[in-house]
Amino acid sequence: MTEYTPSTAGTLSKSDCLAVYRPSKEPVSVTVRSSVGRLFGRSIEDTAKSMLGVFGVKTGLLEIDDDGALNLVLSARIETTLRLAGFELNISLPERDRTFSAAKIQREPSAKQLPRRARLYIPGNQPNLMINADLFGADTLIFDLEDSVPPERKLEARILVRYMLSDTHLFRESELAVRINPIDSSCGREDLEEIVNSRPQAIVLPKCESARDIQVLDAELARLEAREGLPLGSILILPLIETAAGVLAAKEIAAASPRNAALCFGYEDFISDIHSSAGERSLRSASTPANHDGEMPHSSSQPEALLAKQMIVLAARAAGIDPLDSVISDTEDKEALRSSCEEARVLGMSGKAVIYPVQIPTVKSAFHPSEEEIMQAKAIVEAYERSVVEGKGTAALGDTMIDVPVVERAWRLLNDYRIGD
Amino acid sequence: MEWKTNALGRAIPLKIEGRKLVPFAGAFADPTGAAIAASKDISTQSGKKKLRPVPWRGKPDKLTKSWDDLFDRLDIHDGATISFHHHLRDGDAIVLEVVKRLAERGIRNLTLAPSALFSVHDALVPYIRAGVITKIEGSMNGAVGAACSRGEMPKTCVLRSHGGRQRAIQDGDLKIDVAFIAAPCADAFGNANGLYGKSACGPLGYPKPDSEYADKVTVITDNLVSYPCLPWAICGSNVDYVLQVESIGDSSKIVSGTTRLTRSPTQLLIADLTARFIEAAGLMHEGFSFQAGAGGISLAATVFLAERMRRAGVKASFAHGGATKVLVDLLKEGLLSSIVDLQSFDLDAVRSCAENPSHVASDPFISYGPRSAGCVASMLDVAILGATEIDLGFNVNVVTHSDGLLLHGTGGHSDAAASAGCTIITAPSFRKRIPIVREEVTTVTCPGEVVDVLVTERGIAINPRREDLLERAKKADLPCIKISELLHDVREITGAPELPRFKDRVVAMIEWRDGSIIDVVREIESI
Repeated sequence: MTEYTPSTAGTLSKSDCLAVYRPSKEPVSVTVRSSVGRLFGRSIEDTAKSMLGVFGVKTGLLEIDDDGALNLVLSARIETTLRLAGFELNISLPERDRTFSAAKIQREPSAKQLPRRARLYIPGNQPNLMINADLFGADTLIFDLEDSVPPERKLEARILVRYMLSDTHLFRESELAVRINPIDSSCGREDLEEIVNSRPQAIVLPKCESARDIQVLDAELARLEAREGLPLGSILILPLIETAAGVLAAKEIAAASPRNAALCFGYEDFISDIHSSAGERSLRSASTPANHDGEMPHSSSQPEALLAKQMIVLAARAAGIDPLDSVISDTEDKEALRSSCEEARVLGMSGKAVIYPVQIPTVKSAFHPSEEEIMQAKAIVEAYERSVVEGKGTAALGDTMIDVPVVERAWRLLNDYRIGD
Repeated sequence: MEWKTNALGRAIPLKIEGRKLVPFAGAFADPTGAAIAASKDISTQSGKKKLRPVPWRGKPDKLTKSWDDLFDRLDIHDGATISFHHHLRDGDAIVLEVVKRLAERGIRNLTLAPSALFSVHDALVPYIRAGVITKIEGSMNGAVGAACSRGEMPKTCVLRSHGGRQRAIQDGDLKIDVAFIAAPCADAFGNANGLYGKSACGPLGYPKPDSEYADKVTVITDNLVSYPCLPWAICGSNVDYVLQVESIGDSSKIVSGTTRLTRSPTQLLIADLTARFIEAAGLMHEGFSFQAGAGGISLAATVFLAERMRRAGVKASFAHGGATKVLVDLLKEGLLSSIVDLQSFDLDAVRSCAENPSHVASDPFISYGPRSAGCVASMLDVAILGATEIDLGFNVNVVTHSDGLLLHGTGGHSDAAASAGCTIITAPSFRKRIPIVREEVTTVTCPGEVVDVLVTERGIAINPRREDLLERAKKADLPCIKISELLHDVREITGAPELPRFKDRVVAMIEWRDGSIIDVVREIESI
């Protein structure tokens, strides 16, 4: 007979619950304490019992201490604690898909060419931050399993993310991505094992340093897509370059897989990797405490990262994909955020990461052409078209000659504008 | 003609042109007052306070030496109704002090008539269990409300809005034996205000009706100033006794309002939608007026609305309700012409109320009086209010939670809702796992008849009565949603909650502003 171990999952915080399993020889029983017990006590108990059934638990005690967790959070926490205790899923794969709603997920694969102006990072183990994450207008939502999750919480986070991705009521607007742990760690592969059947649209691969990293991830995704019956190549990759080695390999990384949809820069890890003193400087001047990523506020001008950013822009553009800038963590300073976005746009970046939803409108509008730019682009295109009709070899706007690249840029801007909303 | 000599030996007719004449009996004999007091007609007429005899010549001796001296002079009996007010909020020390001392004097069966209670007053629960307090009229919050829900209060309580409470006092439905008024600044005559002193709280409006209608009025202060205490929000002519104490409360909790913008993305989203709606609906016109509370969403909505006013070059004529630094800054900036303040939430507001003539202190009659010829709230273009629940008919609940427990007072909610041109409820569509949108609210405190819009993070639901608003919101591309669809969406996320189980016994009735009963609260079944 298998020996099961006492186990715990989740936290006793708002919209979360603590699920504790205590092995014993007694027939299995459930106790529920909940701040919403009068309204959902029976429902919580039903969920617990059905999970015990799915995992074939016959003995022991399951204790739920709940502070208003949604049903999917309860299920995730209970599944985690039972798996930690040593139980395994007691049902077949198709039955699993029916039980865990994966088969019901009506989510189309994401398109490579999407505006990803604002991508919002959400810590992968905090239900109260995840529940409304789709409402803030982010182009891409990234559930983070890497830096925001401590090592001992990786399993419960990836199970929680799997349940979240499976919920088509909570998530229907933004593109859905998951930042897994680095692919050369067992953790990264376990992340993929767990989440692929819940159909993430993209995987953010952190600490990406070589084409091989991408190829390994690509192969792993292909294997899992086949296993889960998903179209081959449907899950995109967003490589995150945040080391010196990564920057130097940017060109190869960008071209390493057709799944690559954009190249992302990670500032904080990068300056630490190159031994820049910029981090300490911003630490000393920091007026706000570290955010959940452990990243510190920094000023908008970043000479220490200029070359890296430019190499990423070159690599991405050469491969025909968008380069995307790192986060700025100072929430209060809207002006700093706006000028940081404008600098990135000047460099050729197409978007920025954010960690506070309140930053999203500013970032989206900063990466959106301004009214003035649009007017000017229209004028250029009109002037060019007029010159073609009139059979002139050159076009001019006022006194300024218009070259072909200028016209192309104007075309692209108008085109991008139609892509964006 | 019949004649009688008065105390000075002058001959006075007994009657002239039908009027019975009372002969003069001495400068302070007051035979007319005695006659009125003796007349059954008037003394049984509710609403009339007991007449005071004409005061003796000279400065009245109202200043009591101690709590015991005060209580000896007040002569409170079992079954009396005593009233309190919430301008000191969670810093108040007077309610507990008075109840404790009355309990020590062996008084029982008191009715408490507070304008609101805070968590500091959770400590009243033992006095409820001991039979010292057997009924509450006005407002119940926190542990006291929960105790009432569990059936621990022997009598049936009455919940009223700020305006409703003022009306009940004026109409005589709420007869107060003794009003205890905690005053941050007062003189020995009983003139008082809330503007100065270590316990300064801003306006001292809530006790006003009590000061005018209660049989006995007591001012308790920790800042006794020389006569006259100016301005006199409470007029000493209505005050019988004054007591000086070391402290009336904890000043750090009196003005604890935080004016820091909420960081909750969901609250910010709701606030942003609210401001967008107000502009799109055409409510944000030159000279418009608004009321928004000091809660996270309301405060943020005010900030976002101000941004839109700035961009559009629009100024508001006044803001009403609770005052905060946010409003004070708008007043200074010139985006607001005035603040009509019933309650200051922070020191900036207290200071502004004392110094700025355009920041005027109000009281429940002026702000919300149901028997007024129109109140300040009637002049509002838009009111932004909260809710614990709202249902498919836009009926709102602000007093009970979905689990049936009575945990909040009504405050000015129904008064503002029923008076303002457009009433907007802002709330998340669910809290933790508890849906805010319900098929039917657990308790109705405000009828859907006066609720126009619900703004949630999952869309704006507009009362079908207000087609005009719906049309404008749609034209502006705002995320409009039918309230039934919103209910459905939220249910998909939270699941359907069980209904709370109640016993038959009614523990509290909810009075609408006019004194009619809009709903009752029943005792909850223990689990």
